[in-house]
Amino acid sequence: MSSSAPTPSAKADAAPLLQVRHLRVEFNTRKGTLVAVDDVSFDIAPGEVLGVVGESGAGKSITGTAIIGLLERPGRIAGGEVLLEGNRIDNLPAEQMRRIRGRRIGAIFQDPLTSLNPLYTVGQQITETIQQHLTLSAAQARARAIELLGEVGIPAPERRIDHYPHQFSGGMRQRVVIALALCANPRLIIADEPTTALDVSIQAQIITLLKRLCSEHGTAVMLVTHDMGVIAETADRVAVMYAGRIAEIGPVQQVIHDPQHPYTAGLMGSIPSVGQDLERLPQIEGSMPRLNAIPPGCAFNPRCPRVFDRCRVDRPGLLQANHTMAACWLHEPQRKAPGAGSDWSEGAVHA
Amino acid sequence: MHDAAQGGARPLLEVENLERVFDVSRPWLNRVMERAPRLLLKAVDGISFTINRGETLSLVGESGCGKSTVARLICGLYTPTSGRIVFDGKDLGATPANEMLQLRRRFQMIFQDPYASLNPRWRVERIVAEPIRSHDLVRGTAAISKRVGELLTDVGLSPLDGEKYPHEFSGGQRQRISIARALSSNPEFLVCDEPTSALDVSVQAQILNLMKDLQREYGLTYLFISHNLAVVSHISTRVGVMYLGRIVEIADTRTLFERPLHPYTRMLQSAIPDMTMSGKARTPVAGEVPNPLDPPSGCAFNPRCPFARDKCRAERPALLPFEGAAVACHGIHEGWVPIQVHAAVPA
Repeated sequence: MSSSAPTPSAKADAAPLLQVRHLRVEFNTRKGTLVAVDDVSFDIAPGEVLGVVGESGAGKSITGTAIIGLLERPGRIAGGEVLLEGNRIDNLPAEQMRRIRGRRIGAIFQDPLTSLNPLYTVGQQITETIQQHLTLSAAQARARAIELLGEVGIPAPERRIDHYPHQFSGGMRQRVVIALALCANPRLIIADEPTTALDVSIQAQIITLLKRLCSEHGTAVMLVTHDMGVIAETADRVAVMYAGRIAEIGPVQQVIHDPQHPYTAGLMGSIPSVGQDLERLPQIEGSMPRLNAIPPGCAFNPRCPRVFDRCRVDRPGLLQANHTMAACWLHEPQRKAPGAGSDWSEGAVHA
Repeated sequence: MHDAAQGGARPLLEVENLERVFDVSRPWLNRVMERAPRLLLKAVDGISFTINRGETLSLVGESGCGKSTVARLICGLYTPTSGRIVFDGKDLGATPANEMLQLRRRFQMIFQDPYASLNPRWRVERIVAEPIRSHDLVRGTAAISKRVGELLTDVGLSPLDGEKYPHEFSGGQRQRISIARALSSNPEFLVCDEPTSALDVSVQAQILNLMKDLQREYGLTYLFISHNLAVVSHISTRVGVMYLGRIVEIADTRTLFERPLHPYTRMLQSAIPDMTMSGKARTPVAGEVPNPLDPPSGCAFNPRCPFARDKCRAERPALLPFEGAAVACHGIHEGWVPIQVHAAVPA
């Protein structure tokens, strides 16, 4: 695992597959413009899994949706750019984007029942997608579909291929959706909460599967989830989002075990774990601001235990902090100098 | 019973051989014309447990294991097909209606979805005051609104929030309102059905802390239903693991997590994402929960169990005491399933 590289791209030697630069997504509403994603930048290298975590409304799903060009009105990309293998894809006409989706970027969504058409058999849906993107005959496409279903761990694929989605259980349906996302051998998969609707035991199976397939095919994954546990097991790097911005980004080990942003520290502390005998869980007071009421300065400042004057006025960009990048003024070089970097994490959350 | 109360006091809640069968047959006409058989689904299949005053018993399991049905049976939202629920010495099935209202005041329920469980057209004050009014606990508008103010303060909201409608609150705040409503009739016992599953982790921590604080302050007893083992390990005194309508293992929290006996309990534990060994693959678990309409013979877990033998496929194991816990597994009782002890994991 590439864990020690401090830059936003851990596999920095490889040219990034996906580059997101200063992405800004706005929603025009009657009550004014809401900024759902604000100045978000990151890279994903080939074969890398980038986890994107955050609470509901942090903008993580919107970021994913914007990248695959499925933003719905009134949402729109208001700034920044998205590059896939060096070419801009955020300004392509809809028809061209449609060809990229499925062929070069695959998508897996949360609810496997709504991402499959109930009126067609699983086989029809997979072969249609295969033929859409690859030049194969019907028989070849069917053979490929059976092979794919087998690869995602569906027993008796040659029989199951003619079944309808309702004949599959939740876990099996999600496997079908993964097969569908993989069928044109995309370079990037955007997986939005792929395990959230599943039971824990099934969740483990799906995560293991996704991880294995991606390393075998060298597919990069952007894994959007609110579940830190899933990230810990799957991702190489993780971006923590808060109120539409990246609060912290870095290698998964460092972000989980040595978080540099007070929000990340609070978030990690509030996750209960087995075997930890605590009377109370550390909690972050308050809740994430709504999009129409984001405070000036750092969006986290009203809840931050380590807030100081500057946080209420200036909005911090991503600053180098230990092995990660954190959007927090505590990591400003001149401030950090007198040994301020070591003792702060204890005070970061209310016990 | 093996888990008798400390000091020999009678448990607050006793459940004996509780069973609930749902009729999921096709409509009558289809049954006659297509000769479709009658389909019965045993959601809860003869379970027994007790809850002592002041403790938290959790029931965990995957979707469809019957844990929410148990919660609803206890609250009277479903009637049991057979079995007894005894609350503070009174059999709920045999209590006359007028006494029942008195008993009802003493236990309340908190639901999973804070968006669906609050009437969107009522102000918060009316929502929280409803149990007070229906049980006629406090009289007079001024007195009721004072009481509602106290309750809202108890759950970390402001008395002024009573004027607002539910849509003005976030998910976590709504769950606080549900808790205030549940507390408004001064209950002793709360049934909490996945109260934090719909919430973000940071909000979940706030609600779990609040529930613990309230338990200490008012001496509440909880039945906590969840699928999240980490949450359960944090909040419970004792834990029951359910699989396909039955309890397969029940033990105090520490024992259950340090020495899980039933292979299903172990499987659930190994499926928890482990934050400490980041990057390491977790033990994948084979198989899925079988169709409850057609449960496997013998032990319901046998098709997924790595230790299954012929006996498991033929004979259903009973929940029997085993060294301070109770477990329904032939292998454990006959000694051919090895017992693993996890050392206590330091925090």
